[in-house]
Amino acid sequence: MCLAVPAKIVDRIDMMATVEVSGVTRQVSLMLLPGAKVGEYVLIHAGFAIQTVDEEEAKRTLELFEEMAAHEE
Amino acid sequence: MKSRTREEERRLAAFFRGEIARLATRPVRLMEVCGTHTVAIFKAGIRQLLPPEVELVSGPGCPVCVTPNEYLDTAVAYSRQQGVIITTFGDMLRVPGSSSSLAAEQATGADIRIVYSPLDSLAIAAANPAKKVIFLAVGFETTAPTAAATVLAAEQAGLTNFYVLSAHKLVPPALRALLTAGEVQVDGLLLPGHVSAIIGEEPYRFLAREYGVPAVITGFEPLDILGAVYLLVKRIAAGEAALDNEYRRVVPPAGNPAAVAVLDKVYGEADAAWRGIGVIPASGLAVKAAYRRFDALAALPVTVEETKDHPGCRCGEVLRGVARPADCPLFGAACTPERPVGSCMVSVEGTCAAWYKYGAGRWQV
Ligand code: SF4
Repeated sequence: MCLAVPAKIVDRIDMMATVEVSGVTRQVSLMLLPGAKVGEYVLIHAGFAIQTVDEEEAKRTLELFEEMAAHEE
Repeated sequence: MKSRTREEERRLAAFFRGEIARLATRPVRLMEVCGTHTVAIFKAGIRQLLPPEVELVSGPGCPVCVTPNEYLDTAVAYSRQQGVIITTFGDMLRVPGSSSSLAAEQATGADIRIVYSPLDSLAIAAANPAKKVIFLAVGFETTAPTAAATVLAAEQAGLTNFYVLSAHKLVPPALRALLTAGEVQVDGLLLPGHVSAIIGEEPYRFLAREYGVPAVITGFEPLDILGAVYLLVKRIAAGEAALDNEYRRVVPPAGNPAAVAVLDKVYGEADAAWRGIGVIPASGLAVKAAYRRFDALAALPVTVEETKDHPGCRCGEVLRGVARPADCPLFGAACTPERPVGSCMVSVEGTCAAWYKYGAGRWQV
């Protein structure tokens, strides 16, 4: 029940956003993430955007683990 | 959003597995708290990838599973009232109450509608002004803010026929209760990523500080989970208890303060009953006085049948991590996803359902 899926914001009017999830567009509320911007990836849960997905952070985690893996080899 | 190539994934997975095998020099038991993790672990066959020293057990992190019969009995009683429309997420429908279920009531004519978002209930309320629309507000910290936001939206829209029946629950108090009871030995915890996206890191600090248990906030891809197991095993090998956040791409240390503010506006902490665990202090959410007119229990009188539990069902022990589904004599025989006896077999995130669907792996008995 707590699963949320990442989606890209393609449009925003007031507190409603149009998001794209694997080619399908949907309307979601931004009441819980009022600062979300068009072009950002957000996590969608039960019709609401609940968090921003940080791509830079994703890369950093990966790099960290990659470094460890390389070090161990 | 794919930022990793297959080759990178393969190399990382091999690295995690190798390190886990190297570091796990004694048996450790790690609990995945969240039902979504349970399903991801089974789907990806993670248990089979781990050395025999590392055991994964499922905890009380499926909100449908931990909702007690009494709540379902109350929902059933409301659904039998004239002029009531129940709106709910689909997974609540087949959960058996003491003598009925919402699915059974729906089959005999009750107006019960499945919604994808609590907000959908508002459109239903607006289209049916002569009826009372009751949303079954179930879920942990990920879901509770969406119900709270819906109450605020109902207020703004001037709706007077929308209500919530709250059974929201909070994860950190449940973890505290489990660790305090000490019934199951837990060496490390995999913490729910999407709950953490709302509450952030702080509410989990007590795990290491007060109980000496390392914990990792983690995502739901196989690599996230393997990475989290690796971090835990590493902490355990070093004799350290700390909180790690493997899921920074979605979970900032402070969580989502806007969502927490919406939640705090509408709901306050309250004692809550958990299936199989009992009442845990301050582990649930009740509608605050200022919004009482949206609280079904406060605004709409109802008579509920006496709660009865199902003889033989061991959901309670499964939810506490002290019994495995296969320990239940009904598992796979009298109780299957098609004909569930207990909530752990109904919800797709339930441990019994995951064991049934994906097989218990090498824990099969
Ligand atoms: S197998 Fe069915 S009856 Fe047994 S604990 Fe699981 S849900 Fe309950």
